[in-house]
Amino acid sequence: MSDKTMSADEAVARLASGMTLGIGGWGSRRKPMALVHALLRSDVTDLTVVSCGGPDVGMLAAAGRIRKLVAPFVTLDSIPLEPHYRAARERGAFELMEIDEAMFMWGLRAAANRLPFLPVRAGIGSDVMRVNPGLRTVTSPYDDGETFVAMPALRLDAALVHLNRADRLGNAQYLGPDPYFDDLFCEAAGAAYVSCEQVVDTAELTKGAALQSLLVRRHTVTGVVEAPNGAHFTSCAPDYGRDEAAQKEYASTPWPEFAERHLKGTTP
Amino acid sequence: MTVTRSEYCVIACADAWRGGGEILASPMGLIPSVGARLARRTFSPDLLLTDGEAMLVRDDGTVEGWLPYRQHLALVTGGRRHVMMGASQIDRYGNQNISCIGDWARPTRQLLGVRGAPVNTLNNPTSYWVPRHSRRVFVEKVDMVCGVGYDRAAGARYHRIPRVVSDLGVFDFATPDHAMRLASLHPGVTVDQVRQATGFDPVIPDEVPYTREPTDQELELIREVLDPHNTRSREVGS
Repeated sequence: MSDKTMSADEAVARLASGMTLGIGGWGSRRKPMALVHALLRSDVTDLTVVSCGGPDVGMLAAAGRIRKLVAPFVTLDSIPLEPHYRAARERGAFELMEIDEAMFMWGLRAAANRLPFLPVRAGIGSDVMRVNPGLRTVTSPYDDGETFVAMPALRLDAALVHLNRADRLGNAQYLGPDPYFDDLFCEAAGAAYVSCEQVVDTAELTKGAALQSLLVRRHTVTGVVEAPNGAHFTSCAPDYGRDEAAQKEYASTPWPEFAERHLKGTTP
Repeated sequence: MTVTRSEYCVIACADAWRGGGEILASPMGLIPSVGARLARRTFSPDLLLTDGEAMLVRDDGTVEGWLPYRQHLALVTGGRRHVMMGASQIDRYGNQNISCIGDWARPTRQLLGVRGAPVNTLNNPTSYWVPRHSRRVFVEKVDMVCGVGYDRAAGARYHRIPRVVSDLGVFDFATPDHAMRLASLHPGVTVDQVRQATGFDPVIPDEVPYTREPTDQELELIREVLDPHNTRSREVGS
């Protein structure tokens, strides 16, 4: 069995411009920021980003790396509106596929199950249908005859997620209260790069934690990146909460200045 | 003791969950949160409440269940939930917008995004909370329909918008064509004030009642237990 550990820059070196990239976490929670920083240091661009958006989306948008975004929202949680994302949207910087949270999850599930779509009772009647003219509907073949959105699979070229711990093989564990959609991102992707607070021996994973915390299984993982504090300034419960001061600095600093201050060098 | 406007708002929000039974109360915003906890402690003891993250918690904070985002979405589609969402814009039929202001393709103000509004409105009762009732919020036509209103739901099986609560009053859709109706005024507010602050003509019955008074027990719970630091007055002044 192969050792999949690598650096953040090595993981990003396997990505290419034009890819569809899924980014795990939720808003300003457990975002793979070390990997996002590595992405920003690279010349990878023209991305389709699939994300329950937080500062990952804000930074990549500000840096001009996004061609198209697929998202139900972008927020910093304690700062409801993401300023860099807002600015990018208001100048029409990229294409947007704005969909509902349930549609988003069903899209990942469809991809994980190798289905072209899944029916979902969401979107009908809303302007999600107007702004996404490519969305199709499907009628139940049974007696109820109800019409649903046929949510297309959100197939990803690669996924980036951050968890609390992983072994060298790619078995990864979350110790916080919410898995978000991280395992779905990995299952929906052709390649998945998991950063973690700590790489531990396999046996160590279940010594003090329940089996159910083993969220991501190694067959869905391509690379494991040990990145202590790798979600900073987003939260990574129970290891650390959101760094509100750092987030506030991010939200109130013009992007070029912030990038100059924080995104230099080769290690995050 | 004089009941403040923010306390009438708490009462109006709490009453949204009356008779809900064993369902999840999902309040968004400060005053709806106090309202949901008030309902849970008084007339709707079976309600489920979250800690704002992934835990279902009892009044004393005891964890009684796990509800991460993905299970929350399953609960939404199962229908056993009554959410009270915010609205940056809302129209006479209850179409709600939290996505953006202006042309969606290139908005003048990008907001949060549609979030779960489309799925909520087709699956579980969805009420709205507006802390500052104005013509900018209560508009003739919203710029981006996120939450689906009555005119666009086409009789969807589980679509229901029980009420809209603002700092001026309570509104429902109990009219023949489901147009928004003034159901009660918070004491101290006039019908004219509502008309002037609303960008469309809401249905106004001949006799408009006032939002009910809190009981002594409810007032004590709000002031002493649920919101002792009076955060409610920061969301709605007097």
